[in-house]
This record gives sequence, structure tokens and C-alpha cells, in this order.
Amino acid sequence: MKKRQLESLLQDVEPFSRPKMDLEQYPTDPHLAASVLFTIQSSFGDIEDRNVLDLGAGCGILSIGCVLMGAGSVTSVEIDNDAISDLVDNISGYDMDDISIVQADVTHLPFRSGRLFDTVIMNPPFGTKNNEGIDIEFIEAAL
Amino acid sequence: MKLLTHNMMKSHCKGVINGFPLKLTHSQIETKEIEFNPDFINRIISRLEWSALVEVANQLGVGEGLPEMLPESQQIDDEDTLKAIHHALLEVDVIEGELECPETGRKFIINKVFLI
Repeated sequence: MKKRQLESLLQDVEPFSRPKMDLEQYPTDPHLAASVLFTIQSSFGDIEDRNVLDLGAGCGILSIGCVLMGAGSVTSVEIDNDAISDLVDNISGYDMDDISIVQADVTHLPFRSGRLFDTVIMNPPFGTKNNEGIDIEFIEAAL
Repeated sequence: MKLLTHNMMKSHCKGVINGFPLKLTHSQIETKEIEFNPDFINRIISRLEWSALVEVANQLGVGEGLPEMLPESQQIDDEDTLKAIHHALLEVDVIEGELECPETGRKFIINKVFLI
């Protein structure tokens, strides 16, 4: 799949219907998502056939992109009900069955310990809305 | 919720020592067809808690073809077995149900998504 094809396919991901400022909900734009995912796969081979975890999945553009790029399985973690509803709608828009959604707080992930996932992707909140350090927490959760 | 996901989830209730596996009850399942990827299956089996998978798959009646134990090498060559594992892990979807923390009894609801 070419990067432009991926970007074009990702144009159909609907953004947040009820974005919440305090969660820093903004959609990752298709061009950026396609560039990031394409690089991850072409430089590191870290998407195809891999078990991928998307932390703070939001509307799901990264998760959906990973499925389009041949991920073995994608698990999307998202805390917000409205975002999950958008995520479910987007996934069914692409007619995909390969994404598992878990509603959880990234700082209290309900996974057992051990190296369960090959790759963790995220476009996390930066900590600009009374939640300083949240980006680091996301990274720590990923590790 | 796929059984692959179930195999990775544990209870995050405070003070719980061993919150795995979560007990599945009142479940309704659907089967979907997912593209078979033998490489992915072989990669993932070494990360699974195998007995937990067999237990829940048998509970749901989808455990046919799953070996009781994994071989030492944790690699499977037989395609039928790989397909059985693929089926149990990825093609069975628990669309509704309850997951219970084995220590506190706290319930988590599954309704298209696994909810905390």
C-alpha cells in the first residue's frame, strides 16, 4: 500500500462528535497519521503481522490505519464514552472486525504484565489542560 | 471482545493480587470470519496464558482443536491446529457478557466493548 493510498483511505475517519477540551481531544489528521504509520512500517516493520496497542485511540484513525497496513491484531484503549461511540461508528464504517476496544484509563491499564504487545502507538494528550505530565504517563504506560 | 483480548486482561481493582483471568458469565457470542495469518498466530501463542484460553474457549464451546498444552517449542506446525487457535482467539466475539474479578467479584460489562 502506498502512503498516498493510505492517506486517502483515512480521509473517511470521522472526527470527534463531542470533543472534550480537558481530555485534549483532537483528531489526528489523515496526512500525519499516514506518514507516521507508513514510516513505522517501512523503517521498522512494526505494524504488519504485529499485535498493536493504540493508547488513547480517540476516533480511531491510528487503529484503523494499522489494520489497513496489515496489523495482526489491534487493541484500542480509550477512556471517553463519546469517543468510543465515534470509534465504534468509524470502525463499522470501514467494515473491520480486527479491532478490539477496551474502555480504560491509560494510567490504570487492565492488562497483565509481560510483553503482550509488539507495538504501542499513540498521539497522546500533551498536558496543556490541567493535566501536566499526562504525556509522560502515556509513555510510561506504553513501556 | 475477542478471546485474545480476554487473555490479556486482568482486574485492576485496588489490592488485588492475582486478578487473572477474569471470569466470563452471561455471554453472547458471534462468530466472524477473519483472515487467517499463521505467522501472527505463531508469534502470539508464546505470549498467551494458554490454560486460561483453553478454559474460556471450552466454556464457550469454541475450544475444538485446541491442544491441552503447548509444545516446549511454543511453535505449532500443524495448520489445522493453527486454524483452531486462530478461530478461538480472533473469530469468536463476545458481544455481550460480564467479566468478574476473581478476587473482588467486581463486574465489568461487555457491550461491544470491554468496559471499565
